[in-house]
This record gives sequence, structure tokens and C-alpha cells, in this order.
Amino acid sequence: MRVEAACATGSAAIFSAYTAVSSGYVDLALAIGVEKMREVDTSTAIELMGRAGSYLWEFENFGLTFPGYYALYATAYMNRYGATEEDLALVAVKNHRYGAMNPLAQFQKEITVEDVLSSHVIAWPLKLYDCSPITDGSAAVVLASEDKVKELKIDTPVWIGGIASSSGTGTLSYRNDFIGLDAAVKASRIAYKMAGVEVKDVDVAEVHDCFTIAELLAYEDLGFCSRGEGYKMVREGQTEIGGEKPVNIDGGLKAKGHPIGATGVSMIVELTKQLREEVKPRSRQAPMKNYVGLAHNIGGTGHYAFITILKR
Amino acid sequence: MSQLPTIRSRKLEIEYNIPISKTKKFWDGLREGKIYGTRCKKCSKLYFPPVADCGECYSSEMDWVELSGEGELITFTHIVVRPTSFLNEQPYTIAIAELREGVKALAWLTGVKRKDIKIGMKVKLAPKITGDGRVTYEFKPL
Ligand SMILES: [Zn+2]
Repeated sequence: MRVEAACATGSAAIFSAYTAVSSGYVDLALAIGVEKMREVDTSTAIELMGRAGSYLWEFENFGLTFPGYYALYATAYMNRYGATEEDLALVAVKNHRYGAMNPLAQFQKEITVEDVLSSHVIAWPLKLYDCSPITDGSAAVVLASEDKVKELKIDTPVWIGGIASSSGTGTLSYRNDFIGLDAAVKASRIAYKMAGVEVKDVDVAEVHDCFTIAELLAYEDLGFCSRGEGYKMVREGQTEIGGEKPVNIDGGLKAKGHPIGATGVSMIVELTKQLREEVKPRSRQAPMKNYVGLAHNIGGTGHYAFITILKR
Repeated sequence: MSQLPTIRSRKLEIEYNIPISKTKKFWDGLREGKIYGTRCKKCSKLYFPPVADCGECYSSEMDWVELSGEGELITFTHIVVRPTSFLNEQPYTIAIAELREGVKALAWLTGVKRKDIKIGMKVKLAPKITGDGRVTYEFKPL
């Protein structure tokens, strides 16, 4: 089966595989995410992705790009809460730091706030280093029923405790505000409930930092902090290893890379390694208290949101 | 771009007609200098851009309503890295404003220096015919 949900395609594939296994329709499923993006130049990539938004009212008429979509949120968010371009830059700096520790990351290089601020403008206020790159990549996850796991004698299975999806308006101007993604809020509440966990139980999270602002919105949409407090979490280092809630410690979309259809699957691969405590190097392993991980994967600008909660 | 070996594809150019039968009044209105939205006859919800069916109450009975176009800026961005089909344009500013009637609109904002653009500024949405004959609409400072 082929699945498509823009940047949330990988999670949509996992969701499909999960429903097939949990319904008893199959006892084993393989979810594969693949994307090859680097055979075209940047303006062509921006063109093809831009058409995945609200095509007629936003792309055809006004050439709204994906960096532009999130830039509209960044401008509104900074204006409302007093966050700065430096705060956005801190997200990129953090994720590059972990990318530098991840041998599978596209960018294995640390950067500074100054590097981000002085990089060229893509869609103001977002600059080059606020944006995830154009990436080739793939990831795969095997899902199995409880019986199959026993039969195959899997010693450290990681379970999907909760999985949920929600969608937002195709056209941005139908939304109430531009300071959070409703679809992510809704999907996360369903997923928490289904998994029987609370925000405080989450040991590690993978969130959809396609742009730096998106990671701050994710903290808030997922309830890691109150609305308008996300930038304080990154300022205080709360989302680093050793902080309250380590986020994107594989480099995130920002440094690990964002191969559109593979990203959601790649998040589950990383969380599986984290929950099994087999991350290498060990310095990139989050401490596990409850063995609960959360993946937040967004298609478009909250056109689709998938939240998956893993437990061991 | 990838440094790996490649072969060059054939060139593909696509141009097509976009169906507008359900919003024709809107596009005709732009040529007459008017901005139209639609209002649900049953639940009174107002839509811009116009829709033919109400997502609130599922009615398909809609009225066309002319909008003032006057509104207040909510957010904006300057698009510097453009899609291929917009490479002939200079970098442009896209804004979202809340119109007096309570709906939001997204369009280019022109006629104002970048440094003078502020959230909360008054703008007016007006029809525009581009140099290459496209019918569209844009914000201007009020
Ligand atoms: Zn209605």
C-alpha cells in the first residue's frame, strides 16, 4: 500500500501498519519511508513542496512556500510572546549539536547562534539555518502483533501505546490564530489518553522541527509547557539531555535531515533505540525513567498531525 | 544538489486550466473591482476565500457577499527564496489580515516599505490584474 500525507507520510504509513496489525488483519507489517530530493535545484524543490499546501489560494496566487508558511507563524508568535530570532536560533544550535553526535545525520557539524542569524534569509524571519535541509533518506520499521513478537522471541520489543492523527484547515486563513497547530494539540490529547500516559511521563521526544519555530510550537502543542513558554524551554536548556524533556537529540529534521516521506518512520527508529537504551554514542542516550517516547510528525503546516507514543 | 552520478531527464512543462465553476462570481468580481466572500444562508458563517459548501453546518445554500476589504495585519513574511514559477518576481511580502467582517485573508502586501510593516497596521484588500493578465488581489496600506 502506498501512503501519502506530505511531511507526515512516514507516520501515516506507521498508522496504516498499526491499524492492520491491531485489527488482526495481519500479524506482521513493514512500514518503509523513502525520499530522494536532491536531484533538483532548490527553487524546483520549493515549487513542488509549495504545491502541497493550499494550492489555489496560497500557492498559485501568491507563491507561498513552506518556509513562508512557518514564517507566518514565527512572526505572529514572536510578536505575541516576545520571543526573538535568537530564541529560534537556539533550536538550530541544539539540534546541530546532537546532529554532530549522530553518524547518520546529514549535518554533523555544530553551529552558533551567530551562524544562524547571519545566514541568508529564506522567508523572513526564517533564515537558512532555521530551515531543515533538502535530504535523501529512508527508514523502516517492523510492526508485529503480541503473538508474533512471542513467536519470533523478540527480547526487547517496543510497543505502540498510543497513535493518533488529526487534520487542520487546508487554507491557512481559515484558522483562528498562528501561534500553534490545532491538529497537533488534538492528536496529542488522543494519543496521551490512548497510551494512558501524561506529559510528565514522556522521557524523550522527537518533534517535527522542519523549521526552528515549529519545534517551539511543538513544545506548546504537546503540553510540555504552557502556550507562549516554548522559547523559554530552549533558552533554559530544558529540551537537552539532562533537561526536563530531551527533544530531537538525534539532530531533528534540522540536522539529521528531512527526507519528507521518511521522516516519520525515522522518528520511530530513533525512539526505539532510545527506549531500548542502545543509542550510540552513549552520550546521545536520554535517561529513561518511564520508558515512554513520543513522536510528533506534521504534514504541511498542521494540515496533518500524527502523534505516536511508544512504551517499552 | 546531489553529487552522486545522474542522467538528465527530459524537460516537462505543465500548464493547465484550474476549474472555478463554483467560485466564478468571485473571479468575475475581481475584474469589477469587488472582493466577494460567501455566507451560509442557514448558519450565517462567512467565508473568505469563498466556498460553495458550509463546513460548519454542511449546507450548500450560500449567498455572495461583497467585503469591505479593510482589515488589520495579523502576520507577514518576506519570501526571498522563491519557487521556480515565481523566479521572475522580486522577493515578495505575504500577509494575513483580519477583515472588518471577521474573516481572514492571505495575499501579497505591496505599497509599503518593509521596515514600515507592523502587525496591527490597517490594510485594504483590493483586486489586481498582473502584468501578465492574471486576476488576483493584494493588500495595500490603508
Ligand atoms: Zn452553515
